[in-house]
Amino acid sequence: MMRAAVSSLWSPSLRRGALSMLVVAALYEALARSGYFPQALTPTLGAVAFTLVASLRDGTMFFHAAATLYRVVIGFGFAVAIGIPLGVMMGRFRPVENFVLPLTSALMPIPSLAWVPVFILWFGLGNTVSVLIVFYAALFPMMLNTWSGVRSVNPIWLRAAGAMGASERALFWKVIIPGASPFIIAGLRQSFLRSWIAVIGAEMLAGSDWGLGWVIFDAKQFLDADMMLASLAVIGAIGFLSERLIFGSVERATIYRWGMARSARG
Amino acid sequence: MHNVIDHGQFGAATAAGEESPLQLAWRNACPFVVVGASWEVVAHLGIFPAQFFPTLESIVARFAQLTASGVLPHHAFDTLVRLVVGFALAACAGVTAGVLMGRSRRIEDILLPLVSIGAPIPGLAYAPLFLLWFGPGNIPAVALVGFVSAFPIIYNSWTGVKAVKEIWLRSAQAMGADDRRLFRYVVLPGALPYIVTGLRLGLAQAWRILVAVEMLAAVPWGLGWLIFGAQEFLNTDVMLAGITVIALIGLALEKFVFQPLENFTVVRWGMMT
Repeated sequence: MMRAAVSSLWSPSLRRGALSMLVVAALYEALARSGYFPQALTPTLGAVAFTLVASLRDGTMFFHAAATLYRVVIGFGFAVAIGIPLGVMMGRFRPVENFVLPLTSALMPIPSLAWVPVFILWFGLGNTVSVLIVFYAALFPMMLNTWSGVRSVNPIWLRAAGAMGASERALFWKVIIPGASPFIIAGLRQSFLRSWIAVIGAEMLAGSDWGLGWVIFDAKQFLDADMMLASLAVIGAIGFLSERLIFGSVERATIYRWGMARSARG
Repeated sequence: MHNVIDHGQFGAATAAGEESPLQLAWRNACPFVVVGASWEVVAHLGIFPAQFFPTLESIVARFAQLTASGVLPHHAFDTLVRLVVGFALAACAGVTAGVLMGRSRRIEDILLPLVSIGAPIPGLAYAPLFLLWFGPGNIPAVALVGFVSAFPIIYNSWTGVKAVKEIWLRSAQAMGADDRRLFRYVVLPGALPYIVTGLRLGLAQAWRILVAVEMLAAVPWGLGWLIFGAQEFLNTDVMLAGITVIALIGLALEKFVFQPLENFTVVRWGMMT
């Protein structure tokens, strides 16, 4: 295992990948130093790294990241807390499905950020707007994935469990939820991705002093391109880490264990 | 990259049971009637100022007025032009890059790290950078839409070419197909379902990003700008009319672009996954 990891670390494709990154970085650096574009617009990589380190040192970057994550977690949490039960109910009860689906298909095509101005008018600038936008963006993928997960549970399992005397409760926890889990996890992942995109936009538009999206937008006013690139790097790193670490491990703990990886890929 | 919501499977649930068209129409309309009625009640009770919570009549009136005066169509048209141009750029560049990545190991090694670094960053985060580089207006809006929607297209085209079965390639080669024919008759049809999925995801992404970019880029016309501008004047009815148009365009994209595209290609080749 260890040796395989080490040898894959030094595989030719990885080396060539690193090489291509280096080449792109060198090209950018040459462009930045050539003075063809103003220094304020294309800062050198050294300047960007310096800004990044400085903002990490004095802690401002952590505050911005914390503010953004706080909004994501609250909005996403509400979306999960409402989306999963609603999706399950849609899958189990026809009338709920009949009521929710038409509304969903009308609301879904509206990009969440289109609501920002309306929400600003209704709730004022600040956290509420960003949290609600995140909620709006995350709710539909969560709900629809749960719904199709519940519908995809093999009816034979339900009947078999019923014939073996499973109560309604056991049926729900032992059959429906595990059976729907690949879809639910796909929904969680997709919702989180949507929230992450939405929160950046919402922070730009509904500026509220803290937050990674706000930093980028604010830096534009001062032509502070190194700050913009530094926050971009932080945004990318957080997105990448949450995708790999959180959802990767959730997936391993559940659907791979239950042997459902194939249906998860759908 | 295969998921439920970008897939338009809503029809599946409503197909069950024998209902007359009238019943079906009522069942689909019922939730809107309920929500609309509750909206009306709240608006007429005057709990919130009418400026912030306009009645449906006033939204409809404003919608009709803006449509008749040609303002709303103009905004919608400009938005659509940006969507089409940005998406067309992304489709050309994305499919080319993805197919090349799938066919050539070297290009894959060069491009894949760049794509996998760029993709997880939310597209809007680039917006201020694009505005700084290209100045406000149409260019950054179109460029950003193209840039952002290129990622799913590249990724899916690459996966699609990779997913073409080795045995098809070898049997075609054994039967004497040259590179061009191999590409035209084996690789392309084999990868097409994935490419179509990528295009659909890309267009959905482009649509989501465009409205927000229009708000940021200070373009003279466009639905995003209409909504954002109306906020300054507390014109909630204009904003909601704009959002209605956005919803209608989104629905039309789903019905008249995504679904026919899917039927035409994927189903025809019998490759529905």
